[in-house]
Amino acid sequence: MLEQVHATRPSPDAREHGAPRCHHCGLPCADRTIGAGDHVFCCAGCRTVFEILSESGLARFYDLNAGPGTRVSAAPAAGRFEYLDDPSIRPRLLDFSDGTLARATLRLPAIHCVACVWLLENLFKLHPAIGASRVNFPRRELTVTFQEKDLPLSRVVELLTSIGYEPALSLANLAGATEQRVARGLYTRLGVAGFAFGNVMLLSFPAYFGLSTEEPRLRALFSAISLLLSVPVLLYSASDYWRAAWLCVRRRLLTIDLPIAIGIVALYGQSLQHILMHAGDGYLDTFTGLIFFLLCGKWFQRRTYERLSFDRDYTSYFPLSVTRREAGGDRIVPITQLVVGDRVVVRNGELIPSDAELVSGAASIDYSFITGEAEPVAKTPGELLHAGGRQVGGALEIRLLKDVAQSTLTSLWNQDAFRKHAGKGLESLTNRVSRWFTPAILAIATLAAAYWQWRDPSNAVRVFVAVLIVACPCALAMTAPFAEGAALRVLGRRRLYLRDASVIEALSGIDTIVFDKTGTLTTRSRARPAFHGAPLSPAEQTAILSLTQHSTHPHSTALREAMEDAGEAVEVTDFRETAGAGIEGVVHNQHYQLGSARWLAAQGVDMAADSGADAETRVWLSIAGRRRGYWAPQSRYRADIGRLAGALRQRYRLAVLSGDTERERATLETLFGRDVDMRFRESPMGKLAFIRGLQEAGRRVMMVGDGLNDAGALKQSDVGVAVSEDTAGFSPACDMILDAGRLGELPGALQLSRRAVAIVMASFVLSFIYNAVGIGFAARGALSPLVAAILMPLSSVSVVAFATGAVAWAGRRRPQNP
Amino acid sequence: MSVIAILIIVSLMLAGGFLAAFFWAVRSGAMDDMHTPALRILSEDGDEPLTKEE
Repeated sequence: MLEQVHATRPSPDAREHGAPRCHHCGLPCADRTIGAGDHVFCCAGCRTVFEILSESGLARFYDLNAGPGTRVSAAPAAGRFEYLDDPSIRPRLLDFSDGTLARATLRLPAIHCVACVWLLENLFKLHPAIGASRVNFPRRELTVTFQEKDLPLSRVVELLTSIGYEPALSLANLAGATEQRVARGLYTRLGVAGFAFGNVMLLSFPAYFGLSTEEPRLRALFSAISLLLSVPVLLYSASDYWRAAWLCVRRRLLTIDLPIAIGIVALYGQSLQHILMHAGDGYLDTFTGLIFFLLCGKWFQRRTYERLSFDRDYTSYFPLSVTRREAGGDRIVPITQLVVGDRVVVRNGELIPSDAELVSGAASIDYSFITGEAEPVAKTPGELLHAGGRQVGGALEIRLLKDVAQSTLTSLWNQDAFRKHAGKGLESLTNRVSRWFTPAILAIATLAAAYWQWRDPSNAVRVFVAVLIVACPCALAMTAPFAEGAALRVLGRRRLYLRDASVIEALSGIDTIVFDKTGTLTTRSRARPAFHGAPLSPAEQTAILSLTQHSTHPHSTALREAMEDAGEAVEVTDFRETAGAGIEGVVHNQHYQLGSARWLAAQGVDMAADSGADAETRVWLSIAGRRRGYWAPQSRYRADIGRLAGALRQRYRLAVLSGDTERERATLETLFGRDVDMRFRESPMGKLAFIRGLQEAGRRVMMVGDGLNDAGALKQSDVGVAVSEDTAGFSPACDMILDAGRLGELPGALQLSRRAVAIVMASFVLSFIYNAVGIGFAARGALSPLVAAILMPLSSVSVVAFATGAVAWAGRRRPQNP
Repeated sequence: MSVIAILIIVSLMLAGGFLAAFFWAVRSGAMDDMHTPALRILSEDGDEPLTKEE
């Protein structure tokens, strides 16, 4: 029941047996351990945090969970958070401030367990100026109160970063929280409906037993009270349905809300008329019950979605601060302060904040996030740079041409571009059913009324309304949300996170699966690449560490980890990264180059002819123009790929796309089989075109990639699945995100979604049967309040229970299927 | 028989009081986070104070 919400922790793909685990972060220590007392740590960062916590009496942190900490990569650069105290930024980040006391809510993605909650709520022990703090676990937020005069916001953020909980600060923080208001509104509506339902039900009991005719005055009183209690339900609790029905009429789009609204009106109107004209009983118990159950359905739906935070739009992608070049020097300023004409410094790995003109620097812009094209585009001074691109290379100076909000990125990221399911016209099952349901019901009601008009005219109107009442598709409306919500929860427990319920329906229709090779089928080996050549001195290792820090290429990351004896990073001048070839820079007055053999040879370094199977994946090092040695970073296939392919082949057509050369074909054929479509040397645009081709041939395609350089293909496919080793970094073009170690769950997920859709269909049939029974009563003129009161809750509860239970049963773990 | 009328009205007022209490609870944020209190209980230690008294 306690689900550990997945956080930004690397998943250990290779189990290193026997390696001691760091006391702080729990990861294996590999070759190097640092000790302090009885405990070992994997790095100085972890030990530092341990010491900070122990000194402040927070050692209990380590008792609550094994290895609960997060590895802290480096101490934050001094002054990095100073811009938070800027008077234009500060008030927007604080919930409350009166000059002395301030309260802020920060999002900390590193929160992942009980120990985190405990530690963060005991934050006051770390600094006297910190007061009470409260964690919201599902949202990974911390609300902290502090004495602002003694400890400004920037220092609070620094403190959190130093213990491993760096806040994710972005434009989204400045937007405010309206979602809370919506959620609270649902609860009050539910409360009103439930209150009215309970009381009206009690007051209706005499009517059930036929006693009400004996006491006309009491009957009048009970009816009057019921009527009074129903008014807030009609006007307040049901208000969402009025709004939705009005939208249906205005947009000529038929959703399930319209027949529901019709049913509500029929119910209330008929009851009102009965009570006022005929001193009758009315159907107010059914009415209030109906609203109550419908709102319960909405509440359940909301609860399911609360756990999954897919709500990242462009604002959360953007960082909060940039470096602005001013007359007096460079200054870190909040992104909102930028105006047209500002000069901004963009370093390696940083984003272009808005459409700008390149002033100086060697620009090599990676637009993969927007277009999926991973190949960086070289730009010369004077050219236009689009917002959202990432610089790969040395520092640039740019001049802004537009405000941050108005650049192309905003328009690109607008709802339509990424809400693909709406754009593709994939109507949800429920709405498809409701399209013919409403006319059908109206037709039946008219027919029944016509019959009675001929047979006994006094009954005609009553029958018409009764049919409308009993056909109210309460069960129909709730089935899909409940069943799909149940499926989402089952999948969430298996660590597969879906964007929303519509993905389940999309998954069930898939017939083709396309895999990206790099990063999806393969993973970077955990073993640190060994250096082939004379051993590197600590100074050289420090230089390499400093150099690779400027690059985000996977090879650079691998090398960084291999530099064990390196000290702190030092300054690198003249840094340059040539995409797909190598990086170079000057450290300690020496020219270092790291890259492929071909590139180094082109640079004039003397390379002996290199042959060998892995010649292409070697990363060569040259210092001062002389060849020094190489690494061969390995990438290997994930363990369960063969089994995964075997399980999927039977039902789906498979394909593999790769940006690499054909040399992997043999291995892939062993894993996937000979008849699988394989394309090599595919560019991101090529991958997108491949998928589009399949779709034009009428196939429904699921694309499995790592979300980094295949964003375009993921977006194009019917279902885009991002496989990540670190769920913090994903592109919003994906519909499903799963942890790299869980790739083997894919067949199970597909099967579950197929079954969920089948269960939804079965539930529809079940609710139609109830409808038919009810219409039978109504058409005969026999729909008494008692019958209605029994039939409606019975149908709703039983259909929903069936749908939820069946999905949960379908999703249960069978011991032989991993 | 008029006693019933009075009884019903009084009990409705009482129930209404509970509804008002419910509104107050929602407004002061009791329903905002249903998940974290469960975790908090696990980490509670009877001896030490949970959070700083404001």
